[in-house]
Amino acid sequence: MKRRALVGIPALALLLSACGEKNLPLDSLDPEGPIARDIDNLFTVVFIIAAVIFVLVETALVVGVLKYRRHKGEDDRPVKQSHGNTRLEIAWTVLPALLLAGIAVPTVATQFDIRAEPTGERIEINVTGHQWWWEFEFPQYGFTTANEFHMPAGKNVYLTMTSEDVIHSFWLPNLNGKRDLVPGRTSNLTLLADDPTPTGQPFFGVCAEFCGLAHADMRMRVFVDTEEDFEAWAQAQALPAVIPTDGLAAEGYGTFGRVCSACHAIAGTDYQQRLAPDLTHFGSRTTLGGATFTNDTAHLEQWLANPSDLKPMDPDRNDLESGRILGMPDFGLESAQIDELVALLQSWK
Amino acid sequence: MATVAEPVTIKSPGPPGVWGWLTTVDHKRIGILYGWSALFFFIVGGLEALLIRLQLVGPNQELLSADAYNQLFTMHGTTMVFLAVMPIAAAFANYFLPLMIGARDVAFPRLNAFSYWLFLFGGIFMYSSFFLGGAPDGGWFGYAPLSIEIPEVVRMDFWALGLLTLGVSSIGSSANFIATILTMRAPGMTLLRMPVFVWMMLVVSFLLIFSLPTVTVGLFQVLFDRNFGTLFYAADAGADPLLWQHLFWLFGHPEVYVLILPAMGIVSEVIPVFSRKPLFGYSFVVFAGVAIGFMGFGVWSHHMFTSGMGPVAESGFAVATMMIAVPTGIKIFNWLGTIWGGQLRLTTAMLFALGFIGMFTIGGLSGVLHSIVPSDSQQHDTYFVVAHFHYVLFGGSILGSLAGLYYWFPKMTGRLLNERIGKWHFWLTLIGFNLTFAPMHFLGLIGQPRRTYRYPEGVGLDFWNLAATVGAFVIAVSVLFLIYNIVVSRRNGEIAGRDPWDARTVEWLTASPPAEHNFDEIPIVTARDDLWERKYTIDDNGYPVARENPNIPALKEPDELGEIHMPSASYYPALTALGVVIAMFGLAYLPVGFAAVGVGAMVMAWGIFGWSMEPVAKDHAGHGDEEHDGD
Repeated sequence: MKRRALVGIPALALLLSACGEKNLPLDSLDPEGPIARDIDNLFTVVFIIAAVIFVLVETALVVGVLKYRRHKGEDDRPVKQSHGNTRLEIAWTVLPALLLAGIAVPTVATQFDIRAEPTGERIEINVTGHQWWWEFEFPQYGFTTANEFHMPAGKNVYLTMTSEDVIHSFWLPNLNGKRDLVPGRTSNLTLLADDPTPTGQPFFGVCAEFCGLAHADMRMRVFVDTEEDFEAWAQAQALPAVIPTDGLAAEGYGTFGRVCSACHAIAGTDYQQRLAPDLTHFGSRTTLGGATFTNDTAHLEQWLANPSDLKPMDPDRNDLESGRILGMPDFGLESAQIDELVALLQSWK
Repeated sequence: MATVAEPVTIKSPGPPGVWGWLTTVDHKRIGILYGWSALFFFIVGGLEALLIRLQLVGPNQELLSADAYNQLFTMHGTTMVFLAVMPIAAAFANYFLPLMIGARDVAFPRLNAFSYWLFLFGGIFMYSSFFLGGAPDGGWFGYAPLSIEIPEVVRMDFWALGLLTLGVSSIGSSANFIATILTMRAPGMTLLRMPVFVWMMLVVSFLLIFSLPTVTVGLFQVLFDRNFGTLFYAADAGADPLLWQHLFWLFGHPEVYVLILPAMGIVSEVIPVFSRKPLFGYSFVVFAGVAIGFMGFGVWSHHMFTSGMGPVAESGFAVATMMIAVPTGIKIFNWLGTIWGGQLRLTTAMLFALGFIGMFTIGGLSGVLHSIVPSDSQQHDTYFVVAHFHYVLFGGSILGSLAGLYYWFPKMTGRLLNERIGKWHFWLTLIGFNLTFAPMHFLGLIGQPRRTYRYPEGVGLDFWNLAATVGAFVIAVSVLFLIYNIVVSRRNGEIAGRDPWDARTVEWLTASPPAEHNFDEIPIVTARDDLWERKYTIDDNGYPVARENPNIPALKEPDELGEIHMPSASYYPALTALGVVIAMFGLAYLPVGFAAVGVGAMVMAWGIFGWSMEPVAKDHAGHGDEEHDGD
C-alpha cells in the first residue's frame, strides 16, 4: 500500500506546481520562458515513461509477492526449478535499450538547442561569482550591480560567466537550467522570459554549487520588465551616484571613504575597488546580503553593526592585497556612523 | 531433511580476548570486526543526519551554525560511503567469500588484517578532526579550489589524508579478494558456478583497483597545493579546476557501483533461497554485473553536466548513462523472474530483499531522469539528486545489506535473528525511509539546493522538509530495533544449525559458526547451487525431489581432523597500520608534524619487518587440539 501511495505523490506534486502559484518562486516545473519550457517538456515525457515503468515493475513485484507467497500454515511444496528463459531475457535487454535510444534523440537535440548561442539583438551580462555574492556587469549600458538585476521580457539575455574564487553555479529555475562558474574559465547561459514578472514577485535564483561557508545565502532576484521599463531601469543604473553635500548622508560619505571604499565601488567617484558589491544604486535594490534579507533600515543597521550576525562569513581571512575577500568585517562602527551610512546608502537610489 | 539437525555448541573459534581479536588473521573474525565497525560508523553517520534534519525541520533554523552544518554534511557523506556502506560489504565479503567458494581463508590473511586496521584507524583519524579544530567541511567530493582555499585550517588535510589511508586499505582488500577468487576456489567451483555475490565482489574489487588510483592522484595534488604551494588547481596560474572533477568522478562513479553491486549480489543469493527456486537467468545477472562494471567507467562526467564541457561531450556521457540502465534493468527483471512461480517465504531477510527491488527501482528510474542532460541541469545539486542517491544507497545498498545480515547472521553466530523484531525493523525502515527521501524529490524539483544550511520562509519548502525530518527519526527508531535484535539474538536467539534456510550454496554446508578452518574437508563442487544439489534431485517435470541420502558430510570432532595448515595470528598488520596513521597525523600538521611522520615511519618499518620475518603458518604439531576445540 505504501508503494501505491508513492505513485500518487509525484502526480500530486506535479498538479500543485501546474497551478503556477508564485509561492514556489524556485519551482523548476514552472517554466516561464521557451528554454525552460523545452527542458520541462523533455522532463515531462521522460517522467511519464519512468512512471509507467515504475508502475509496471512495482505492480509485478507486489502481485508476485501476493500471488506466490507461502501462506501461514502452508507447507513447503515443490517448486518448479526454472533456470531462466533466454528469449524473455533477451527481450528485456533489447526493449529497454531501444526505449532509451528513443529518449536519447530528443535529449541530444534539446541539449544542442538550448546550448546554442542566441543570434540577433540581445542583452549581455557578465556574471562574476564571488564568495558569497553575484556581480552583474551590463557592458552595453556601462554599469555594474549585485545580486539583483532586471531584464526585458521576450528578448534573449546572454550571460558570460566566470568566478573570482571557487566554483559557483548560476540557477534561475524559471528560465533555464543551471550552469557552473569556474575560476579561469568562462561559461555561458541564455535567459529568455515570456512575460514581465508581477510587481513584487521577481524570479528567485540561487548559487547551486557548494561554495563554502555562506553557500546557502548566495541568492539572487531577477525582475523581468517590459522593454520600456527595462530601458528605464538600465538608464537609471548607468547614472553615477549623487554625492550628498549636506546632512546625515554627507557625514556618511566621509565614513564611506574611510572604511567602505576599500572594497566597494561607486560609479562617478574615485572609489573603484571591486572586491565587494558595487553600491552605486544600493538604495534601488530590494535585498541585501546576497539577496538573503529585505533591504530595509532595520536589516541595513544590523548589517553595518556586524555583518556576520546576519550572514555567516569569514572576514578574519580577508587579504586586501591579494584581493581575497571572505565577507565584510565588523568595523566597530558607532551607532551615529551607522545612521549616517544608512542615510547615505538609502539615498543612492 | 531440509535442515540437518545435530547437536550444536556455539563457540567463537580462535583465541579469546582483546589480544585474540587484535592479532587475528581469520577472515571470519576480520569480517565480524568490519561489521561492528561499519555499524558503529553507520550510527555516527546517522546521528549526523539527524542533526542535519533537525536543522532543516523548518525555515531559518538556528540549531547549527553554517560552519557546523558544512562539517556535518561533509562527514555524513564521507562516513556513509567510506566508513559504513563499503565496510559493510567488506564484512560480508570477508566472512563469506572464502566460505562460498569453499576455501579455508583469503589468499593473504595478514594483508586482510592490515586492510581492516588501516580502515579502522583511518576512520578514527578522520573523526579525530572534530576535536582538533573542526572536521572536513568541503563536501565529500572536495571540489577544488574550495578544498584548497584555506590551507591554514587542517580540516581538508584530514579529509584528503583519511581518504588516502582508506584507499590503501581498499586496494589491499581488493587485491586480496581477486587473488582469493581466482586462485582458491574449491575443486569443481568453476567461475560460472560461483555464487552471484562472489561474482559481484570480483567486479567490485577490479573497479576499486582501477578507479582508486585516479582519486589518489587528485588527493595528492590537493595535499601538495595545500601544504607545499604547488599550483595544480590555482586558476590564477592557469590551472583548470575541472581536472579535479574528472579525477574525482572517474573514481567516484565506479565507486557508486562499488557501493551497490555487493548488495545486488546479496539479493541475488537471498531471493532464490526464499523463493525456493534457482536464480532466474544466472548468466544474465552475472554478465549484467560485469557490464555495469565496465560501463561504470564511461559515465563519470554525468556528475559534471552543468560544468560546461560542451554539448558534444555532454551528449556522449548522457547516452552512456542511459545505456547503463539496461544491465541494471536486466537484474531487476531477473529477480522478478525468480520470484515468479516460486513459493515465497517472507522472512525478514526476504522482506529486505524485496524492499531492495522496490526501492532500488525508484532510484534507478530517477537516475535515468538525470541522464537527460537538459533536465539534469534543473535537478543537478538539488534535493532531487539527494533523493535519487539515497534511493540507490539506502533503498539499495543498506536494504540489501540488511537482507544479508538477516540471512547470514545465523551462519556467523549460530543463532537466528528474531523474526518478530525483524519485521518491525523492516516495516519501520521502509516507512521511515520513504517518508524521509520521497519528499526530497519534490523539494528538489521546487528548487531546494543541496548543501544549504538554511532556506527562506515562504518559498514552499516548509512542509516536505518537516516530513523528511519526521521520517529520519522513524529510521532512527528502526535502527534501535536492529541493534536490540542483534544484542538479544546473539545471546538468546533460536539455534540455527548448519542450514536453517534450506539454502543453495556451500557456506551452509559447514558448522554455524564455522570452525577456524571453515570446512573439515574442502567440498567438491559439482553444480552451481551445489548444496541444493546435494539435498535434492529433479524429476522429469523439473520439480525437486529430496534425496534419500543427501550428500552432507557429518561435522568432525577435533581429534578426527588431520593436519590443517592455518595462518598464525600476528600483531604486525595492526602495528603497521598504526604506523601509517601516526604518519598521517604528522602529515596533517606539517612542518612540525615531520617528527610524527618519522615516528610513524619507524613503527611502519618495524611492522613490515616483523611481518616479513615471522613464520607464515602456525606450527601445527603441538597445537592442533587447542586450535580446533571450537568445532
